[in-house]
Amino acid sequence: MHKGTLKQILLITDGCSNQGEDPVAVAALAREQGITVNVIGVLDRFDSEDGRGLQEVEGIAAAGGGISQIVQTRQLSQTVQMVTKQAMTQTIKGVINRELQDILGESETVEDLPPEKRGKVMEVVDELGETMDLDVCILVDTSASMKAKLPTVREALQDLSMSLSARMGNNQFCLYLFPGKRKQAQKVTAWTSDIGNVERTFEKIGTHGVTPTGPALKEAVKSFSQLSKKNLLFHDEAYDDGPR
Amino acid sequence: MKPMMTDRDDLRFDAGTVLTGKWHGHRYQIVRRLGSGAQGMVYLARACERKVAVKMAKDRASLISEVNVLKKLETLRGEPLGPSLFDSDDWIVNGRTIGFCAMEYLEGTPLQEALKRTSFDWTVVYLVQLLKHLQRLHETGHVFGDLKPENLMLMNPGHSVRFLDFGGATRIGRSVREYTVFFDRGYWGLGTRKAEPGYDLFACGMIMIYAALGHRFEKKGQGEGQLLQVIRTLPRLAPYQAVLAKALKGRYVSADQMRRDLLNHIMEKQEAPAACGKRSRSRANAGGGWLGAWVTASCIMTAYVLFVIVYVM
Ligand SMILES: Nc1ncnc2c1ncn2[C@@H]1O[C@H](COP(=O)(O)OP(=O)(O)OP(=O)(O)O)[C@@H](O)[C@H]1O
Ligand SMILES: [Mg+2]
Repeated sequence: MHKGTLKQILLITDGCSNQGEDPVAVAALAREQGITVNVIGVLDRFDSEDGRGLQEVEGIAAAGGGISQIVQTRQLSQTVQMVTKQAMTQTIKGVINRELQDILGESETVEDLPPEKRGKVMEVVDELGETMDLDVCILVDTSASMKAKLPTVREALQDLSMSLSARMGNNQFCLYLFPGKRKQAQKVTAWTSDIGNVERTFEKIGTHGVTPTGPALKEAVKSFSQLSKKNLLFHDEAYDDGPR
Repeated sequence: MKPMMTDRDDLRFDAGTVLTGKWHGHRYQIVRRLGSGAQGMVYLARACERKVAVKMAKDRASLISEVNVLKKLETLRGEPLGPSLFDSDDWIVNGRTIGFCAMEYLEGTPLQEALKRTSFDWTVVYLVQLLKHLQRLHETGHVFGDLKPENLMLMNPGHSVRFLDFGGATRIGRSVREYTVFFDRGYWGLGTRKAEPGYDLFACGMIMIYAALGHRFEKKGQGEGQLLQVIRTLPRLAPYQAVLAKALKGRYVSADQMRRDLLNHIMEKQEAPAACGKRSRSRANAGGGWLGAWVTASCIMTAYVLFVIVYVM
């Protein structure tokens, strides 16, 4: 049985877009194409909570069917993996709700089932979350204000990769930074099952002033079409269960 | 930390509040708050004159998986590993649905408090107990996952450790559901987040370090070297250095193996003060009487710890 693949975009930013199309609209388009958009707003102690930025972060995630979270820089690692996993569960639940519509009736969802039955459904959701393949396109804002936060972002991505590689399903990642040197978003890592080596890509980047979140999201959406079934690699990526 | 979920503040209810389950109709009257965590709020409540702990969840999915594990453990024979489960239901209040479960109220001291109050000798005793429980849990095909002092309870009579919060319990071979960075081997770069016995055993090692040091700390640079350095420099950990290093490096394949090893080291440690006692006795002849008293005191201490190990285990 082929269980299908979960597709996510993970946007890490610290503020407002100021160039190109409306990122909320692009997120809605992503959702239409079966891609969930999660947004993490990174603040540090010195950032004031800017209402507009917050609104955009929430707006993008809501339109993209995903989860948003504002965090302090040092909590980034835990949040990134948690948001990703919760969004997976959310998507799977959504699919199950739709599949079970006949049984549940129009207005009912799994949440309305008695606890015993819900428990059984959740076991299935868990099982799928653990075994389905996952493609995540990571989109990192490298505008000037993000510069100091980038080392933490890099760590968080490595941590994410570690968390996801503990799953039984396969994972693929790709990484875009925006704004890019010439383009609005620059692909720095093509689809791969291992983002352990993002370290070097992060060292090379320069930071710029504008924040073209909308166009960057669009690039991220497009990246999924490069993942045609043919070049879906079966990775031999085996993890080291034993002691190191 | 949890996105898109009910805020913890929303789970605050006053004493006296009565909740009624939507599905099973049981009623619970809130007595007081017992604690709160990342997943929600726990209250002491009364149900037909019986005291129970009611856990309300921010995220119902996580509660359900916890309930699923508790149900599985109900079928285990022998000494219970955690609280027994009485009920799992939804409560509709002000148009909101809150998932909750009612479980046995464990009367005791949360381990993080006990660790502060008792001597390090006791920490080791708790660990030996904990490892025995872990062995049984692992045999059911689960790891505990989020193993930390806050999730362990020291029962009031008997000084025995029980598990509290199964929200992180994960089937072996899956990815660990919930963890806390300080106790997570992945964070320290000493292994994966795959659920296997070694994952819990690493956390056991970290509990020992935490107890010896009195606080948590952050990773600086390379995790492994830092932890090994801590083990080497804390005098209290000196007798257990070898055990700890093995646990942290994932060298134990089972909780039993670590438990036996730890017990051996504790017993060896018992001999040290005795040998030292002999030496001081020869000197005590020439010296003052307080040395003799010291020897007696340490002998009594040793006998006491031995007693505890023999009878409580
Ligand atoms: N059965 C129980 N009996 C007595 N006290 C309890 C019980 N269950 C929970 N508590 C108290 O409530 C606190 C929080 O409970 P618990 O750890 O289950 O919550 P949580 O939301 O899952 O927390 P986290 O996920 O952050 O560890 C515990 O530390 C403990 O003090
Ligand atoms: Mg807890």
